Amino acid sequence: MTKIELTVDGSAVSDEVEPRMLLVQYLREKLGKTGTVIGCDTSNCGACTVHLDGTSVKSCNVLAVQANGRTVTTIEGLADTADGELHPVQEAFRECHGLQCGFCTPGMIMQAVDLLGENPDPTEEEVRLGMEGNLCRCTGYHNIVKSVLHAAEGAKA
Amino acid sequence: MIPVKFDYLAPTSVEEAVSALGEHGDEAKIMAGGQSLLPVLRMRLNAPEVVIDLGGISSLRGIRDDGDAIVIGAMTTHHDVRDHELVHQHALLLSKAAAEVADAQIRHRGTFGGALAHADPAGDLGAPALALGAQFVIAGAAGTRTVEAADFFVDLFETAIGEDEILTEVRVPKHTGWGAHYEKFVRVAHQWPIVAVAATVRGSIDEARVGLTNMGSTPLRASATEEALAGASATEDGVRAAAELAAEGTSPPSDLNGAADYRQHLARVLTGRAVLKAAGA
Ligand SMILES: Cc1cc2nc3c(=O)[nH]c(=O)nc-3n(C[C@H](O)[C@H](O)[C@H](O)COP(=O)(O)OP(=O)(O)OC[C@H]3O[C@@H](n4cnc5c(N)ncnc54)[C@H](O)[C@@H]3O)c2cc1C
Ligand code: FES
Ligand code: FES
Repeated sequence: MTKIELTVDGSAVSDEVEPRMLLVQYLREKLGKTGTVIGCDTSNCGACTVHLDGTSVKSCNVLAVQANGRTVTTIEGLADTADGELHPVQEAFRECHGLQCGFCTPGMIMQAVDLLGENPDPTEEEVRLGMEGNLCRCTGYHNIVKSVLHAAEGAKA
Repeated sequence: MIPVKFDYLAPTSVEEAVSALGEHGDEAKIMAGGQSLLPVLRMRLNAPEVVIDLGGISSLRGIRDDGDAIVIGAMTTHHDVRDHELVHQHALLLSKAAAEVADAQIRHRGTFGGALAHADPAGDLGAPALALGAQFVIAGAAGTRTVEAADFFVDLFETAIGEDEILTEVRVPKHTGWGAHYEKFVRVAHQWPIVAVAATVRGSIDEARVGLTNMGSTPLRASATEEALAGASATEDGVRAAAELAAEGTSPPSDLNGAADYRQHLARVLTGRAVLKAAGA
C-alpha cells in the first residue's frame, strides 16, 4: 500500500491505496463519487474525464498514486453547491438538451470546461476537435456542440 | 480491467531513477505519462513487478534554449510541446505534430519522451523528430550519452535506450522560421495514423525535410523527396514529381486499415499536401 494525500472537490483526503488502483476506481469505490463513470476499457471514451491540477485527464488512465499531492475536480465538485446553482456549462447542457441517456455527460462537461478555459470563444470546428476524446452513443453530438457554444456565448454576455 | 499488482517507486532525481532501474533490472518498468503504459498494464499484456514513476522528477520537465538547438525535457507533455513559444519559433513541425497526438486529455498527460521511447511505428512524434535531426540524451549508471535520431529508432517498439537507461531530454537543432505541416490520415478522430507525413521547409522551397509515420517498423526519412524538393517551386506542379518519390525504399505494413501498396499511395499523396501546406501554398 502507498500513502496518498490529495484534494478532491475541495476537500483534503489522505489514504492508503494499492499502487495499481486507477484514479477513477479510487474516486468511485473509495470516495463514493460515482458521478464520474467508466465507459470503456481502452481510454477512448472520455466518460471518466476529471481535472487534475486544473486540466482534463482520463481518470481511467491515471493511477491514484499519480494524483498524490495534487488537486482533483470531478463533475460533483464543479458547481458551487453552497448556492445550489449549476456551473454555467452544466446549465448550458440543460438548456440546449445536450444529452439523451446522460452517460457521457459528466465527461463531456468536464472536457468542455477545460476547452473553454483554454479557448473561451471557440468556433464550432474547434469545439468538435477539442471534444474528440469524448464519445457519445446517443446524441450525434449536435446538441453537445450547441451546448458548449451556448456556454461560451453566455460567458461573453 | 486493472493491472496486476506491482510495487511503486517515485524517485525525485534521475540518479535515483537510474539506480532503481539498476537494482530491479527487467522486473521494472519506467512510467512517464502512463498513457501507453497503463493501457498495456490494464490489458495485462505486461506485468512488471516494479513501476518507476518519473512524474516527480521536475528537472525532466520543460523546454529551454541552448544556442543552436532547443532542448525538450523527456517529461514535457504533448500539450506543452504544442504550445511552447520556443517550439513555435525553432521547431514548428513538432508543435504541429504534437497537436495531432490523441486527444486533449491524453495530451495533458502523455509526454514527448514517453512517446519517443515507446517507439510505436504509428506514433506521431517519431517522424518529425527524425526529420528535424533530433539528438537523444540518455542517462545510465555510467553517465549520459547522446544518440542521433537515425540510430535511435531500432525496430517496432525498440529504441537505442538500454534496459537500465532513461531518456532524459531531446535536443532539436533550430529550424528557425521554417514552415511546417503534419498531414495525418486517420479513420477515427483521436487515434493513431494509418499513414502520416511530417514536412518542414525553408523558403518556398530552398530546403525540405520530410518524415514518414507508419511506413515501416520505424519512422523514415523520405530522402529522395527531400533532394528533389531543393529548389522546387511551391506549386502543385512543382512538388508533384518530388512527392512521387516519397514511398521509395519503404516497406509499410498491411493490416485491416490498409494494404502496403495503399499506404505507399497515401504516402505520395500526403507528402504533396504536407509540403504545399508547409510552404504556405
Ligand atoms: C486512446 C489513446 C489514443 C492515442 N492516440 C495517439 C495518437 O494518435 N498518436 C500518438 O502518437 N500517440 C497516441 N497515443 C499514445 C500517447 O501519445 C502516449 O502519450 C505516448 O505514446 C506515451 O507517452 P507517455 O508519456 O504516456 O509514456 P508511458 O506510457 O508512461 O511510457 C511508454 C513506454 O515508454 C517507456 N518510457 C517512457 N518514458 C521513458 C523515458 N524517459 N526513458 C525510458 N523509457 C521511457 C515506458 O517504460 C513505456 O514502455 C494514444 C494513447 C491513447 C490511450
Ligand atoms: S472510461 Fe476512461 S476513457 Fe473510457
Ligand atoms: S447521451 Fe447517451 S452516451 Fe451521450
